[in-house]
Amino acid sequence: MTLQAPLDLDGAIALADAVAASAASDSAPLEAAKRLLGAGEVVLEAWVEAAGNVPTDEEVEGYRLLALHRQGAKGNPSFNACRETCRELVYLRNVVEMSLSEGDLAQARHHLMLEAHVLRHLGLFVGGKLHESGLGDFCCSSRPLHSADSTITN
Amino acid sequence: MDGSNDLKKVAYYPGCALEGTGHAYNRSTKAVGKSLGLELVELENWNCCGAMEVKNVDPKIQTYLSARNLSIAEDMGFDKVMAPCNGCYHNLKKAEYDLANDPKSVEVNERISAKAGHDAYKPGKVETIHALDWIKKAVGEEELAKRVQNSLKGIKVANYYGCMYTRPRHIFPEKDKGPGTESTAKPHFMDDILAAAGAENVEFPLKTACCGGAHSLSDSDMSTKLVLNIIETAEACGAEVIATECPTCHTGLEMHQVRAEKVLGRKTNVKILYFTQLLGMALGLSASKVGVQENLSDSRAFLKEKGLG
Repeated sequence: MTLQAPLDLDGAIALADAVAASAASDSAPLEAAKRLLGAGEVVLEAWVEAAGNVPTDEEVEGYRLLALHRQGAKGNPSFNACRETCRELVYLRNVVEMSLSEGDLAQARHHLMLEAHVLRHLGLFVGGKLHESGLGDFCCSSRPLHSADSTITN
Repeated sequence: MDGSNDLKKVAYYPGCALEGTGHAYNRSTKAVGKSLGLELVELENWNCCGAMEVKNVDPKIQTYLSARNLSIAEDMGFDKVMAPCNGCYHNLKKAEYDLANDPKSVEVNERISAKAGHDAYKPGKVETIHALDWIKKAVGEEELAKRVQNSLKGIKVANYYGCMYTRPRHIFPEKDKGPGTESTAKPHFMDDILAAAGAENVEFPLKTACCGGAHSLSDSDMSTKLVLNIIETAEACGAEVIATECPTCHTGLEMHQVRAEKVLGRKTNVKILYFTQLLGMALGLSASKVGVQENLSDSRAFLKEKGLG
């Protein structure tokens, strides 16, 4: 993979698409896996910034992605709907590294491909949340039916 | 939830979806229970759990609506109620939590219950369980394996739990308690049950990912993209079937699989089946007995090829 690090959410999804398509023959899966993890951070930065906050540089369990998720979910429990998605990204990046350390390139490539799918999901999910306004608490995507901007009651 | 005997006969709260789009789940859940010698007693005069519609208007009224169902279960002499729908399961659990922790919820529940002419539900009287809890705890994998007549051997399954089965974690105090209990990070009860029936579960990293269910009407394109990614990921994992345990997730996966092909030109082939349908066929029930013909996703030829149904 020679793609540059994505600068925004759409770029992260494009990177996920590109890696998913080429993972089976990727010559440097760990580099690509790290790039995907970085793209996950870009996705969460977009969410944190949209809420008017400065994305943290701290780490949780050794990963900035998890710290960003915690920051994004603060005061907004519905954002926990992507908690496991973030943890899967970290896990799969680590499996890629572990597979390579065991000399199993095929497994590394397979898990790189899975990591790309998970990043795509994170990008789509956060993109959807950004698109919606006035979100409710029931789940990630609901919103009060009687809110002023409701398309149902207006 | 301890001991299996008290799970042989439980109160049953099907919820609205299982009388409509999720009818095949209702049918297959009852058929599997009967086949395993378990008894379900449907709540008398049950009402909607409040779903997402009422909750978004007034969450306290949603708490009352769910609490009324728990109250009915108690009046019928049950201390366990089984809700197969993730939304219902979630709402009944949340009502239990809110009534134990939020004085305002207690006040509203007591006021509306008095107006409705019944005793207000008090937390701690009835435990809500999911269909996965019910089958795993009442029967167990070892016994299930003994009862299998048509093994699911050779069928690669991605188990999809959806986002409401495990979230938010604080309303599921029985989960994450170590071996034998369900995990909120990586749920496995459905994997365990289908593995006992012979299925080959694939590694699937989007088990609890959002399917955009609540977006389905307001932003169908977003739902389609989220579902398509779930389906394509399952296929990339080698799955031939996505097993579901929620009528909303199931319907969403089926509808948007069709829509993805029509709108985005992305055809996928994975079959979508309720775990109770797969388990039922493994137990020797016919495809029609578990409602396969009611699914939108036509898996009949696939099942025939696999020697099921």
